Amino acid sequence: MEVTPPIVEIIDISKSYRRGSQVVPVLKNITFFIPQGEFIALMGPSGSGKTTLLNIIAGIDRPDNGTIKVAGLDITALSESELADWRAEHVGFVFQFYNLIPVLNALENVELPLLLTGLSKKQRREHCEVALRVVGLADRMDHYPGELSGGQQQRVAIARAIVTDPTIIVADEPTGDLDRKSAEEIMELLERLNLESGKTIIMVTHDPRAAKKARTIKYLDKGVLNNDVLIEAAYKECLKT
Amino acid sequence: MFLLKLLIRNALRHKLRTFLTVLSVAVAVLAYCLLQTVIDAWYSGVRISSSTRLITRNAGSLILPLPMSYREKIRQVDGVKNVSFGVFFGGVYIDEKNFFPNFGGEVKTFLEIYPEYVLTPEDKEEFLKDKRSAIAGQKLANQFSWKKGDKIILKGTIYPGQWEFVIKGIYKGRDRNVDETRFFFHWDYINEQLKKMQSTRADHIGFYIVEITAPELAAVVSERIDSMFKNSIAQTHTETEKAFQLGFVSMSDSIIMALSAVSYIVIMIILAVVANTINMSTRERIGEYAVFKTLGFGGLKIGGLILGESLIITTVGSMLGIVLSFPAAEAFKEKVGTTIPVFYITGNTILEGLFISVIVGLLASIIPIYRGVRTPIVEGLRRIV
Ligand SMILES: Nc1ncnc2c1ncn2[C@@H]1O[C@H](COP(=O)(O)OP(=O)(O)O)[C@@H](O)[C@H]1O
Ligand SMILES: [Mg+2]
Repeated sequence: MEVTPPIVEIIDISKSYRRGSQVVPVLKNITFFIPQGEFIALMGPSGSGKTTLLNIIAGIDRPDNGTIKVAGLDITALSESELADWRAEHVGFVFQFYNLIPVLNALENVELPLLLTGLSKKQRREHCEVALRVVGLADRMDHYPGELSGGQQQRVAIARAIVTDPTIIVADEPTGDLDRKSAEEIMELLERLNLESGKTIIMVTHDPRAAKKARTIKYLDKGVLNNDVLIEAAYKECLKT
Repeated sequence: MFLLKLLIRNALRHKLRTFLTVLSVAVAVLAYCLLQTVIDAWYSGVRISSSTRLITRNAGSLILPLPMSYREKIRQVDGVKNVSFGVFFGGVYIDEKNFFPNFGGEVKTFLEIYPEYVLTPEDKEEFLKDKRSAIAGQKLANQFSWKKGDKIILKGTIYPGQWEFVIKGIYKGRDRNVDETRFFFHWDYINEQLKKMQSTRADHIGFYIVEITAPELAAVVSERIDSMFKNSIAQTHTETEKAFQLGFVSMSDSIIMALSAVSYIVIMIILAVVANTINMSTRERIGEYAVFKTLGFGGLKIGGLILGESLIITTVGSMLGIVLSFPAAEAFKEKVGTTIPVFYITGNTILEGLFISVIVGLLASIIPIYRGVRTPIVEGLRRIV
């Protein structure tokens, strides 16, 4: 049997925030592994620490304790600028509010992460066109975010996330701000990326319909990762409503 | 290219705010240029004064006269090439507010010593011949629409009476630093009348203009002249024309200082205005900067975005201000007429205007850059909702 080593290793991660004199623990000793090619959904109630965990995995936040390894590299040991370079190369980001730059059109938004690579203008343009074609927006390249629907903006954001061919894609509530139909399209797109291109996707969501597209679901509650039985139960609970 | 595009589009995001900021930079730079030009104009007399000209005046005071008889003695001094003299006449043309400097003098030597006052040969000849004639600078003539042959009456203040002169020439400056607002005439004309009416005042003049053979001799010759009259009734004080002019200028030192202070205050104000605008933009875009950082853009690039936007606003504003300062200076010159004789914007002032815009752009973005770069990504992203 072939053993695929995990692409992301989350080892004993803890994080707390200080609110005045109070220390509020957000993540408590979290350990789990994500294999290469996985499509994982992190679920849990609001405030349970999903975003914090995702940010730590993606290298835009740091844990108080513990280690994150991505493709064997301990990213918690990197300096800020090393981490920035690492993100540029290895992580594609999809946010709830798309976070496109409003003064740049779709093509330029997708081009943004490529500016940090050594690609020529022509190569960048080609990469962008491919990415926009993948998300089905090749005909909207010169539209500005304000001229696109929420679903279309999120697709541009996904194109921006995949254009550098990153090691992992992280998505924080990618359908959280979308109507049901657009949400479905986005989820189908992510699923296709995972199935067809073998992209590792780590997605935070509290939308059960979205989570259903993922292969694995992790359930986070008050900063603790619940075991699978409970997830199953909770997940079913969610789907009922 | 991409960056420039982004910078310009960012700057144009709040068109009204950017427009108002650019406008205030423009107005401030305009004010700065005009103030500097006024200050320059003030010193222009000093700048153009020749280093081979000395002024000998009464050691007691500028307003005390010197006997005409000194002239021959000064001419004998070693190192002296030519001697002329002048009198501040202080005549009023129709009304006090029409002020312009009018001098009586020995016009032949005067024109020899001051080659920068240019007359046509015919005008010069006629002027030298006719005792009652006078010449006026081009600007002065324009102001009162005088032309050759006009009769001008000056009301004497220091020398009572109605004095009539005939304009025999309009002089032009050899270059634009030359004061074209002066009025010169033959002192003989006045002196002859004084001999009849106020004989004690006759045969006295205001100051001697001494041309020396070489600039290095200025100190020695001054010393020789002054020591010659040490034991006379009227002792003399001789100095270079430059020092003499500076003496005038320093009387107004406090005004100049006030003007300089105002121009620096103006700079401080634009600094505050620009800093405020950049600060507002940065605050609004803290989420966007977080996105840039998330994508791997480093602090230098984020700082560059903020600084670039600041510099675009200040340089566009300052260029606008500089462009506007030319017509403004023209209008100003029209208005003040002959009060400030030499008034034009120097290359230095323009460079200063641009330099200020760069400095202001830099200073205004320091705090926003600090904030933009140092805000943690996670915190920046939380602002986007
Ligand atoms: N920068 C911060 N400062 C203080 N508290 C924070 C900060 N970020 C997150 N928290 C707190 O940590 C908890 C988890 O937040 P988050 O990870 O965003 O939860 P989720 O994404 O599951 O809704 C919340 O209680 C939130 O208020
Ligand atoms: Mg969240």
